[in-house]
Amino acid sequence: MGIDDKQVEHVAKLARLELSEKEKELFGSQLSAILEHAENVSALDTQGVVPTSHSVPLLNVMRPDVPHEPLQQAEALANAPVAESGHFRVPRIMEGE
Amino acid sequence: MTKKLWEHTGHELAGMVAAGDVSAVEVTDSVIVRMEQVEPDVHAYLTPTAERARADARRIDHAKAAGERLGPLAGVPMTLKDIICTEGVRTSAASKILQNYIPPYSATVAERMAAAGLPLLGKTNLDEFAMGSSTENSAYGPTCNPWDLGRVPGGSSGGSAAAVAAGQAVVGLGTDTGGSIRQPAGLCGVVGLKPTYGLVSRYGLIAFASSLDQAGPITRDVRDAALVLQTIAGHDPKDSTSLPNPVPDYSAKLDEGIDGLKIGVVKQISLQGVSEAVQTRFREAVSILEKLGAQVGEVSLPTFDYGIDIYYLIAPSEASSNLARYEGVRFGLRIDAPDVLSMNSRTRAAGFGAEVKRRIMLGTYCLSAGYYDAYYLKAQKARTLIREDFDRAYKDFDLLISPSSPTTAFAMGEKLQDPLTMYLSDVCNVPTSLAGAAAMSVPCGVSDEDGMPVGIQFMVPALGEVTMLKAAYAFEQELAFDAKPPIWSAS
Repeated sequence: MGIDDKQVEHVAKLARLELSEKEKELFGSQLSAILEHAENVSALDTQGVVPTSHSVPLLNVMRPDVPHEPLQQAEALANAPVAESGHFRVPRIMEGE
Repeated sequence: MTKKLWEHTGHELAGMVAAGDVSAVEVTDSVIVRMEQVEPDVHAYLTPTAERARADARRIDHAKAAGERLGPLAGVPMTLKDIICTEGVRTSAASKILQNYIPPYSATVAERMAAAGLPLLGKTNLDEFAMGSSTENSAYGPTCNPWDLGRVPGGSSGGSAAAVAAGQAVVGLGTDTGGSIRQPAGLCGVVGLKPTYGLVSRYGLIAFASSLDQAGPITRDVRDAALVLQTIAGHDPKDSTSLPNPVPDYSAKLDEGIDGLKIGVVKQISLQGVSEAVQTRFREAVSILEKLGAQVGEVSLPTFDYGIDIYYLIAPSEASSNLARYEGVRFGLRIDAPDVLSMNSRTRAAGFGAEVKRRIMLGTYCLSAGYYDAYYLKAQKARTLIREDFDRAYKDFDLLISPSSPTTAFAMGEKLQDPLTMYLSDVCNVPTSLAGAAAMSVPCGVSDEDGMPVGIQFMVPALGEVTMLKAAYAFEQELAFDAKPPIWSAS
């Protein structure tokens, strides 16, 4: 199954990736080839089979509700590209004031 | 000629340190000198931490002088794959997007290794975010295979495997999502073990595919692999997928032998383009196991052939979600733009390499509206079929074997332009990952064709590590593989 330019652009937008024209072309053809190979899986009969999302049978794992020292604000902000007044600073999201 | 300290295995060195024959500082210095010697050729390290290693070693020597009893790996210099967070030491995942990331905390496995007294030599190279099979996808240049510098070391834990093989670390940790410990261990002629999913904490591993990722040992012999596994295994309250089961003694039964053990040779592997040279060594390995008293038979796992396809639907889907966090806000690179969306998209465009972008695109596509059922859900159901295939096989056999990799190490650049061919190099390793079970690679000689190492893979059901290590140890002792890469004797 081929992936056309429009689909590549749509997926890139969903994935928040700004791709060059060259990348769009390359990924379009490579993803098509990979998915074509993966089409093999459709030959398997999975009628009524329960999907495996995790191989470990653990459910609703809880920890004791005991207070502990959290990561400090300064440590949490130490790797931020831009921090200001105890916050992560980002470009404006809303229009106007 | 007497061996230099760096040439010894971990259990040998720890024994010498504990007996007072050498100090941990002397051992560490020997490995650091070795590292300085061969690192320019091998390029295994992204961030060497020699001073940290010396300080760690001094602490071991002080502890010994104070009469403290040392652990079975105390004073053994180690490396950690640079996807394992280390507090205060840069952890880049071999990505430009984390070029300056200094974690505020350590992974549980890093903490446990440090607490066991293993000095940290540095952080080793990998394919960016562990996505690759050759370590060529590192944003900081490839690592070379110590056996032939023109070839890849495998991947994604290629840096750790090469460092251990070249003598510039005694033991190392890698991570394995679909073969990333076993395949490079096989291609570099060392031992690599992927534990059962949930046996080893994932806390502090930079996530690639959360339902598959596991950290595990890369060592020069099976006993060291058992000791490293002992150090890192066990429940961690910080990882909700961590198993609560008690941890057995992985070294206790190594000597037991494998008389009467039922071993299955996976039939499907021979159909998967395994090279003649690899098959020759593998057939000899089967004879050795038979000679040791194992009952070897053939076993068919019909879904084995679908492993790669299932894996490349599931792993990229999980990755596309996990890697959403790199958006230029809380950590890592930011490329400025007037609005948030452009800032996110440009940051990710500049920070991720081609393979990471490819997998994010693939995963996003598989999870997107209209395709989820056909790809991701279908793959998850197929994953159940693989588990059932293994369950059936383990009714008749105690463990399964296959080559660790269909070929020996390939040339640099050979598969870089064709992602699908690269993906197929993990064909032997992916099915056990999908099943969540344990597997390990052990050297089984060198190829008659190119002199490169060949590995045999041992596979067991979930939590079958004791049996697996016992079989691997018996095999290793009988084969007595002692070839070393040419760089071993370089001085």
